[in-house]
Amino acid sequence: MKILVPVKRVPDPTQKTKIKDNHIDLTGASWIVNTFDEYAVETALRLIENGADGSKHGEIVVVSIGPDDAAKEIRTTLAMGADRAIHVVANDSEIDSLTVVKILKAIVESEKPDLVIMGKQAVDGDANQVGQMLAGKLGWPQATFAATIELDSANKKLTVGREVDGGVEYKQVPLNSVITVDLRIVAPKSVKNGVTPDSHNYSGEGARLPSLKGIMAAKKKPLEQKKLADFGAEPKPAIEEKSVALPPPRAAGQFVSDVPTLVKKLADEAKAL
Amino acid sequence: MGNVLAFCEYADGQLRTSALANLTASREIAKHHGGEVVILLVGKGAQAASAHAAKFAPKVVVVESDALEHYLAETYAPVVAAQVKATGATVVTATATSVGKDLIPRAAALLDAGQASDISKVESATTFARPILAGNAYSTVAINTPVIAVTVRQSEFEAAGESGMGSVSTADAGSVNALGATFVKLDAQKSDRPDLGDAKVVVAGGRGMKNGENFKVLEELADLLGAAMGASRAATDAGMVPADWQVGQTGKIVAPNLYFAVAISGAIQHLAGMKGSKTIVAINKNKDEPIFQVADYGLVADWEKSVPELIAEIKKLKASR
Repeated sequence: MKILVPVKRVPDPTQKTKIKDNHIDLTGASWIVNTFDEYAVETALRLIENGADGSKHGEIVVVSIGPDDAAKEIRTTLAMGADRAIHVVANDSEIDSLTVVKILKAIVESEKPDLVIMGKQAVDGDANQVGQMLAGKLGWPQATFAATIELDSANKKLTVGREVDGGVEYKQVPLNSVITVDLRIVAPKSVKNGVTPDSHNYSGEGARLPSLKGIMAAKKKPLEQKKLADFGAEPKPAIEEKSVALPPPRAAGQFVSDVPTLVKKLADEAKAL
Repeated sequence: MGNVLAFCEYADGQLRTSALANLTASREIAKHHGGEVVILLVGKGAQAASAHAAKFAPKVVVVESDALEHYLAETYAPVVAAQVKATGATVVTATATSVGKDLIPRAAALLDAGQASDISKVESATTFARPILAGNAYSTVAINTPVIAVTVRQSEFEAAGESGMGSVSTADAGSVNALGATFVKLDAQKSDRPDLGDAKVVVAGGRGMKNGENFKVLEELADLLGAAMGASRAATDAGMVPADWQVGQTGKIVAPNLYFAVAISGAIQHLAGMKGSKTIVAINKNKDEPIFQVADYGLVADWEKSVPELIAEIKKLKASR
């Protein structure tokens, strides 16, 4: 099984959001692998490995489109256990989701993976569209917002539990599909691949941290650099960020001393009861 | 000049409340495009909802087919794309529900359309404001593609009112090909409470509730107020309550008139889902929790003692009216 995992580097969401000249000020920002994409790498690893003995039966190729220094975040995914990476070098201002989809489609066509697994959204742009668009462009089925995955290798099918409004939907897709993952995909038993024993529990504390051995190994793993022009992509996005503003601050709140005061204020002051 | 094709979800012969928020946004967009709103109803039962839908737009297109009984992005996206072309639409919209978020980008890809996701405001024909960074900023984006795709954040738009009686037409589904994908089942969370996305009041509990059993007292408060139940990620991850109660960047984005956050610390992820609420009440025993920074009214107290007292006080208030 070969799995392609597109990842994006994003500013660390725990930093305070600053605005300069009507755009996000990223001077001195620290960067991380988008959390949902990190979960996608974790999901791909769980699909190709025996969680109990660590043996692997597949290949994971990471793709990232971003500036030169995004190589650092790409190495992080190699240190987690991905086998090799493709880095399409481009500044964030030169690309939009349409360009990203165009590039990913070309890479899928040349790499011919069985699956594409990615985060359901990037935690900076929160757009939640690239996975669905890629599936549409490829003419592949999609299973978005995956909270559980069960792989049936013999029949080349996956049953995906999707967290939807009002419950959990189970959808079956064949291989050659695009899966986007949600938070709970990293729960201890969310991914079943028919190889890892059912008794095995993953930690459930998010994606695995790279081990020292993994970090050393990552330095030797192939990281191929590409340019936008290699994909016939122009650095002229059709989606343009005009400006960014902070939301209006909420009026200062107040502490109330007891429940009767709270109810009185909710009724008389806030007119909420 | 162009129309706005509004993909609308329905249930039991009626448009869903969530669809009405999109219709408000779609009417604004249609004004900028000098066109009209065309409601698209797809699936088995679409025809039955068309009379209700026709009260909200001048035109309704129904694509009814047994082959479209269960929603699948693979089969619905080509129908949406075909109807964008057939109705002369320059914009295709849906509410950002779990269906809208799954479907619209796929349809956009078939149309080479750029997409503005989860918009909070229509600025012009091609520019839209939308929250980014878990709601810590709002970005204004221009979409410069011939067809534009839009999903609409329900909590940012009022529900549309009726606009008269529109005409209903039907269109063919074409050849339906699920590409090997199949709907297996929906494990639905049945509840008599209002939908979390539409509720005027939400009562949410967090990690501090300790276990699912303890949520009963919050449910009693919710039922007293006709409220929906919500929860933080910590509570849903711990399996105390169903996953679809989760309010946050992942999970539901809500903006009710009144939001009770009980034993919730207020992680950035949770605040992203509820800080648009009109009045926020936080009850937590630790006065340093970040939830108090967004609360209009903060009560530093144990839920064990304060929530039953709150129920009693609200009952007293109701009895006095």
